[in-house]
Amino acid sequence: MQNKGFAKHYYLMLLPGFVWLAIFSIVPMFGLVIAFQDYNPGVGVFHSDWIGFDNFSYMFSLNDSRTIFFNTIFIAVLKIIANLIVPLVFALMLNELRITVFKRWIQTIVYLPHFLSWVILAGILLDILSYTGPVNQVLSLFGVKPILFFAKASWFPGIVVGSDVWKEFGFNTIIYLAALTGINPSLYEAAAVDGATRLQRLRNVTLPGISATIVLLAALSLGNVLNANFDQIFNLYNPLVYSTGDIIDTWVYRTGLLNLQYGLATAVGLLKSVVSFLLITLSYILASKFANYRIF
Amino acid sequence: MVREKTFGSQAFDVLLIVLLSLIALVCILPIWYTLAVSLSQKTAAAAGLVHLWPVGFNFNSYNEIMGDRKFFHAFGISIERVLLGASISFIVTVLMAYPLSKNTRDFRMRNAIMWILVFCMLFNGGLIPWYETVKSIGLINSIWGLVLANSVPFFNVILVVNYFRNLPKELEEAALVDGAGPWYILFRLFVPLSVPVLATVTLFMIVYHWNEFFNGLVLTSTVDHYPLQTYIQQLVVVIDTQNMTEDQLRKLSELSNQTLNAAKIFIAMIPVLVVYPFLQRFFIHGITLGSVKE
Repeated sequence: MQNKGFAKHYYLMLLPGFVWLAIFSIVPMFGLVIAFQDYNPGVGVFHSDWIGFDNFSYMFSLNDSRTIFFNTIFIAVLKIIANLIVPLVFALMLNELRITVFKRWIQTIVYLPHFLSWVILAGILLDILSYTGPVNQVLSLFGVKPILFFAKASWFPGIVVGSDVWKEFGFNTIIYLAALTGINPSLYEAAAVDGATRLQRLRNVTLPGISATIVLLAALSLGNVLNANFDQIFNLYNPLVYSTGDIIDTWVYRTGLLNLQYGLATAVGLLKSVVSFLLITLSYILASKFANYRIF
Repeated sequence: MVREKTFGSQAFDVLLIVLLSLIALVCILPIWYTLAVSLSQKTAAAAGLVHLWPVGFNFNSYNEIMGDRKFFHAFGISIERVLLGASISFIVTVLMAYPLSKNTRDFRMRNAIMWILVFCMLFNGGLIPWYETVKSIGLINSIWGLVLANSVPFFNVILVVNYFRNLPKELEEAALVDGAGPWYILFRLFVPLSVPVLATVTLFMIVYHWNEFFNGLVLTSTVDHYPLQTYIQQLVVVIDTQNMTEDQLRKLSELSNQTLNAAKIFIAMIPVLVVYPFLQRFFIHGITLGSVKE
């Protein structure tokens, strides 16, 4: 049906995007050779010395690398679990609510934190969790001594996961709510006629109705195992909590851009990119297999 | 929906309303608290006397910001960045989405190109090669570094592609019969029909460019070139916690200018607070329509 001559227009339409992509995405991929060099920014990629896998073997000999890989996976996995469960419970509660206007208000409010930056939220959190801040004041009502939340390494992963759930649960609810509206209302009516209580309807109609969505989100979240969220941790952490809070991305930033160990930082980054790529690919394969999901 | 009037069911409704109200309150209280601190007296804020209501209500911190040239300069850079960044990514996203929404019969290379794009979205060179590239083409301390340095927002392209594919085929065929070309079909037919998804991806880009601090941190070296988030990050977050001992951290609340910082944080939130309620109805539609396929 369509004119064959259209193809050249299509290429023309794709051109600006491809130029952009080439410069900021494809060229940096070639820059990954820095990982195999004793890179000297002064002379550039073409004149730096090649050192094979020395950066990688050095990386594995560092104590830091064990810490950052463990911290990254630990924090990321906790976040994945919490971000699957909390929005689900919240969506189910919202779904049981019968007052539409109230429902809309609640939704509008809980989506809000998603749209604020981690810089802003870190500023607020540092204040709220400070020595004299409101959280410590509430705790003092119960006789708890003030806690220096951001000075104790043991507190840090909890703060990170908790604040991430707080920021994102509302937004993550959207996809569950969309799935809930897809459930055929006549199923509820049939269940009610059969004498099912609200709890039984929840268990036998609602949950099966959105189980595919839950499986899908679980499969897709697998790709995030090495992403603990740079923006959040970078804005919240300090040297006192490096032992539990330093992740691959923050370490690469400090080692590469602040301490100028370009080759080493690139090697760690490369390892992360490769593993992440494999994980995301695996998660898409799982998602398409178990939930019939396609990105396009 | 089935309605019930049993006591248990109604008690459950009441419990639900209370619980959901509390959750919503937890989401909004930290923002409210920041506003209250920004409107309080310095000494009261430092002593931790501010709870939910400003203590010694005044606009001093906001007046102080009025004379802060650096703050407004950073604010201006962020505005500039949002306008440029959102328009450029809008145009590029729409232009890429149209050919990619064709099936392979109409556009033979479609799948190959799509896979290249997916690969670029999933695999990247990492921080150092990216930084070296941006530096070598001279985008340090330039607004274009902030606007362009991150790659094409490909997730948005996918949303729009999926939306375009769900538009009725007959419309396009009718336009073709009338002799319309691809550019005309895209801009006079597809774009007007795709307002929800286009509003959604534009909102995402506006929020992204407004909130992004890292490119500002890495690609600009002086306060004259900072976008607002980087400015606030340097001011509030870095100075407060980096390289501090436990003791210093304890004295923090007395040292930092809490009311002023809170006011700056609050002003930086205002654009998002203003923009997002209006676009909320769009983005829920946009996301779900763009991500669900027939």
